[in-house]
Amino acid sequence: MERLFQEMADAVIAGLPEKASELAREALGVGMDPLAAIEQGFKPGMDVVGEGFAKGELFIPDLVMSAEAMKAAIAVLEPEMLRRKQQRQVLGRVVIGTVQGDIHEIGKTLVATMLAANGFEVRDLGVDVSPQRFVDAVRETNADVVGLSALLTTTLLNQETVILTLQEAGLRDQVKVIIGGVPASPEWAEEIGADGYAENATEAVEVVKRLVQAET
Amino acid sequence: MRLPILERLAAGDVLIADGATGTMLQAAGLPAGTPGEAWVLERPEEIVRLHRAYVQAGSQVILTTTFGGTRARLKAAGLDPQVAEINRRAAELARQAMGDEGYVAGDIGPTGEMMAPIGKLTTAAAVELFAEQAQALAAGGVDVIYIETMSDLNEARAAVEGARQACALPVFCTFSFDTHGRTSMGVSPAQAAQAMAELGVPAIGANCGHAPEELLDILPQMRQAAPEAYLIAKPNAGLPRLVKRQVVYDATPERMAELARRYIELGAHIVGTCCGSSPAHIAAIAAVICGA
Repeated sequence: MERLFQEMADAVIAGLPEKASELAREALGVGMDPLAAIEQGFKPGMDVVGEGFAKGELFIPDLVMSAEAMKAAIAVLEPEMLRRKQQRQVLGRVVIGTVQGDIHEIGKTLVATMLAANGFEVRDLGVDVSPQRFVDAVRETNADVVGLSALLTTTLLNQETVILTLQEAGLRDQVKVIIGGVPASPEWAEEIGADGYAENATEAVEVVKRLVQAET
Repeated sequence: MRLPILERLAAGDVLIADGATGTMLQAAGLPAGTPGEAWVLERPEEIVRLHRAYVQAGSQVILTTTFGGTRARLKAAGLDPQVAEINRRAAELARQAMGDEGYVAGDIGPTGEMMAPIGKLTTAAAVELFAEQAQALAAGGVDVIYIETMSDLNEARAAVEGARQACALPVFCTFSFDTHGRTSMGVSPAQAAQAMAELGVPAIGANCGHAPEELLDILPQMRQAAPEAYLIAKPNAGLPRLVKRQVVYDATPERMAELARRYIELGAHIVGTCCGSSPAHIAAIAAVICGA
C-alpha cells in the first residue's frame, strides 16, 4: 500500500493524468478504500505541488497538470465511493469569481482548482461577475466563503462593492470574504472589510481553511 | 523620412518607446472594464492625444492601442466583428500622431487563453488569431510587429509565426517576468531569449512584470542567452499601491530615468515604460538619454 500511495503522489507531482487514473484503477483492483487512495495517495502529491508553487519553484503549468491528474484519479474512484456511500469530506462551500468589469480568468481559476483539489465544494461564477450574481450564488449555495478576484487596478474597487452588496442583502455575517489579484493587498482587504487576502492559490487554500475553521 | 528601425538599431542608436496606454486612457475617462481598443473607433481623438503626449515627451517608438486586439480578446467586449477595423485604424491613429520621423509598433498582447495541453487553445488556432491581427496592423502602416507581455513560450512562438505569415515586417517580442524572476508560466529570461533567438527574432526583452529593478537581473540573462539580439526594457513604473482608494505606482519619473540609464548600460536598445507610467516618465528618460 505504501508503495502505491507514493506512486499516486508522484503521478500528481509529475502532472500525469493517465498515470493517475491507472493507479486509481490499480487501487480499486486490490480493494483499496477509494477515500484512502485520495487522502493518503493523491492528495499529498497536490500538497507538495502547492508548496512548490508558493515558493516559486513550480509554475502555473505544473499546478494545472497536477490538478488534472488529481481530477482524473477522482473520476475513476468516484463510482466506487458512491457504491460504498462514501463522500470525500467537504471542508466547506466556496463561491468564487472575477469581479465586474474584469475578464481575467487564470488566477481565479487556479484558486478554484486548488480549493476543489483540497476538498472544498466550489461554485466558479467565471469572470465579469456582477455583485448581484455573487449575492445570489452565496444565497443559493449557502456558501461559507466567497472569493473575489481582480487583476485591474480599476476593478479592484468592485471587490468592495460586492462586500457592500452582501451587507445590503443581509448576508455579510454568514459568509467570509477573501480577496486576491495583483493590485490587492492585506491592507486593502482590511480597508474594505474583507476577512482574508491571499497572494497565490496555495495561500488561498490555507486562508480559506482558516476562515472556515474559525467559523465552526 | 525614417530609416528602417532595424537599421537604426544596427547603428547602435538607443530608441525611446512610450509609456502606459491602459492606465492613461482610464485617467482620461475610459470606464473600468472597457478595453482601450473600444476608443480606437469611439474616441479616436483621445488615442491620438495620448500618442502625441508621448511623442512630445520624446518617444521615438509608439505602440498602437491594440494590446487586446486579437479576436479572442476583443470578444469579451463584443468587439470581435471589428477586429480588422480596430487594428488598422489604431495603426493609422498612431501614425497620425507620430508623423513620418518616428516608428509605429503594432502592439500584440496575449490572447488571454491558455494554450494546450493545459488550456484549450491550439497552436494552429493561436497562429490564426495573431496572423489576423498582424495583417490588419500591417495594413494600417506599422513599422514593426511588437509582441509583448508574453508568459507562455508556445504562445509567443505562435505570435511570431502568425505575424510572419501575415506580413514581411520585423517582429519584436518581449515577456513579462512577474513571478519570482520568471514568467507566470515558469519561463526564465534565458529560455525566452533562446527560444526567440532560434526563431531569428531580432529584438527581445522584458515588459510589464514586477518591480522595475528586476530588469537589472533579467536583461543580462537575456543578453547572455541571445547575444545577437537587441534588448528592449519596458517595465512598470514601480509597484501598484493603494493611496486613498487610488492605485498609484510608486516609481517617480526620476527613478525610472535612473533605471533606464542602467538598462542602457546593460545593453538595452529600446527603453520605455509600462503600467502606471505617464509622459512625465518618458520625458525624464529622454532627458537622461539625450543628456548622456
